[in-house]
Amino acid sequence: MNKLPLIFLGVLLTFASSWLGLVAYPYLTLGRMQPLPDEDTGGYFPPSTSGLAVAGEKVYAASGCVYCHSQQVRLSPLSTDIEKGLGPRHTVARDYLRAQPVFLGTMRTGPDLTNIGVRQPDANWHHQHLYEPQVVTEWSVMPSFRFLYKMQKIEGQPSDDALKGLRGPNAPLPGFEVVPSDDAKALVAYLVSLKRNYPLPESPEPAAK
Amino acid sequence: MKPQSLLSSINPANVPDTLASHERAEIDASTRFPVLLFFGSAIFWLLVGSLLGLISAWKMTHPGFLDSMAWLTFGRLRPAHLNTVIYGWASAAGIGVGLWLMARLCRVPLMHSKLLISAAIFWNLGVLVGVLGILAGDSRSIEWLEFPGYATPILFIAYAFIGVWAIIMFRFRKPGHVYVSQWYLFAAFLWFPWLYATANILLVWQPIQGSAQGAVNWWFAHNVLGLWFTPIGLASAYYMIPKVIGRPIHSYYLSILGFWSLALFYSWNGMHHLIGGPFPAWMISASVVASIMMFIPVVTVAINHHMTMRGHFDALKWSPTLRFTVFGAMTYTVVSLQGSSMAIPSLNTLTHFTDYTIGHAHLGLYGFFSMMMFGAMYYIVPRLVGWEWPSATMIRWHFWLVAIGILLMVGSLTVGGVLQGLALYDPTVTFRSSLEYATPFRLVRGVSGFFLLAGHIVFATLFVLMLLKVGQNRKGPALFVTEPQNKTGAAAV
Repeated sequence: MNKLPLIFLGVLLTFASSWLGLVAYPYLTLGRMQPLPDEDTGGYFPPSTSGLAVAGEKVYAASGCVYCHSQQVRLSPLSTDIEKGLGPRHTVARDYLRAQPVFLGTMRTGPDLTNIGVRQPDANWHHQHLYEPQVVTEWSVMPSFRFLYKMQKIEGQPSDDALKGLRGPNAPLPGFEVVPSDDAKALVAYLVSLKRNYPLPESPEPAAK
Repeated sequence: MKPQSLLSSINPANVPDTLASHERAEIDASTRFPVLLFFGSAIFWLLVGSLLGLISAWKMTHPGFLDSMAWLTFGRLRPAHLNTVIYGWASAAGIGVGLWLMARLCRVPLMHSKLLISAAIFWNLGVLVGVLGILAGDSRSIEWLEFPGYATPILFIAYAFIGVWAIIMFRFRKPGHVYVSQWYLFAAFLWFPWLYATANILLVWQPIQGSAQGAVNWWFAHNVLGLWFTPIGLASAYYMIPKVIGRPIHSYYLSILGFWSLALFYSWNGMHHLIGGPFPAWMISASVVASIMMFIPVVTVAINHHMTMRGHFDALKWSPTLRFTVFGAMTYTVVSLQGSSMAIPSLNTLTHFTDYTIGHAHLGLYGFFSMMMFGAMYYIVPRLVGWEWPSATMIRWHFWLVAIGILLMVGSLTVGGVLQGLALYDPTVTFRSSLEYATPFRLVRGVSGFFLLAGHIVFATLFVLMLLKVGQNRKGPALFVTEPQNKTGAAAV
């Protein structure tokens, strides 16, 4: 192989084939997919997300949640994701239209979060859990996100958004309270917004056995 | 001069016959400062990266360890570790080795090396800004592309200089055969900018919509491994093995088959990270098929290297370069066949999302590529500084610490990952069990990190001693065995 132009051409063509197949094609198809109108309510599937949840998505990215939590329910029967209760149906391309970036994930050191908003809609639970995970789930290896919260002295009336029912070594002393930062509120709004249980024709729910 | 056969004409061990030794020294000298700068910075980032990895590893079993500050949390340290070792260590080491090999094999001195020195400084600036950006919370959590949008252009501009320079050497090469290492380097230096630009434009600068991001993400991340690190690692093996044992590569035709099948199949591999995910079935299937077809280039290269080494395995006793390189070459075979098997959907369901994949990634990037780079550095650095490695004992320590470290790490993550995967798969087993099964193995992995870090400290010390020319000036190279049982009489380490 002494002919450099030939090597050059081969190197370019082999690579271009995968570029067309795995980059250009999904960009032109999945990248231009539209939400599905919901005739009953006049809304869309997937439903639009609140501004606070969109801000929370950025906190999720900055905090690196994706390194332990996936957000995909894989096909059945290839996987047991549906039987494991990760969601009523497998997730499809349309589910991720509004995600930016898309957190499909590669690890399940922690549980999948595709439908965490369905399983755990209580915002105070999420705040408690982020503040001190081991107090909520004793055997958890999730790191604490205390840096998203502020412990402060109660001046007069306790704050409306102060965390309720905190226990454990980092619980506030009497006369003190723990309040979430804007980032913490946004992150929790994002987590409770994660619901992929609306119907999509391309992913029918498997018939109950 | 007797006519050369095709085989002997492509043997780099024969190059000295056609190139006067003073010419070769001149070529080596022309690469001295840029290559040493890439090596030095790479070793620095290797130390930083191993420390970040070690802390992250212990956090997986001890979540309360260093949990008070945002920048020390697992979610930031882990991507900081990955990007430090990918861009700071592995890419810079690969660029250094690649530039040196290019100059030697093109048989031309490196021109305007000051431009490359600036490129090296820019590259490191990009890595520094990127890592600090991740720690400060500017990561977008796209795996292998965590560097924020203000850091990646610096890296890209630095790379543009490097890539153009590597390829421009071809323009000025001395007439003669283009050796197999050159094909791989030429291809790698062309593929990388295409990969990096595509991924940055579509994911970092102007993010595209929806699950198409996942496809581009894994097309990029897998190809960085397959079409950037792998060809540089193989180029080094194809040069170092024949050079040290003084014997041509076994088969020219196997080299051709190995190269083209790698180019075709590897580039289609990425989607096997997304089996069962939200993509058209044909995309996943194409990647599964391509992953399994990787059997061809891998076995081809393995046979070619093994047949070249046959009858010369005793050289592993005395040559540091060869010992690291052959460790890397053997690991390449193992890790690639493991990778093919992991793309089989039924096995993938079990191992995906578990520590098994983490073990596989370290076996590839460390057991194969990093060991290959260590081997190449043991050969190249003495030729750049005009000094022999001061201590064979320290090289031995380096080898055994990192060899034991990586085997311990991959072994523990593999077993722990399978147990974790079985628990995650079985609907009757709780999530808690998947964590409890993995924990003891994660502790072993935490211990393995100390071995690796210690090995890297030994290597970094050796490198600094070389730069300072400390120790006695040896007459010959630093070998593990003082009287090498070297039948071929090749004067190389």
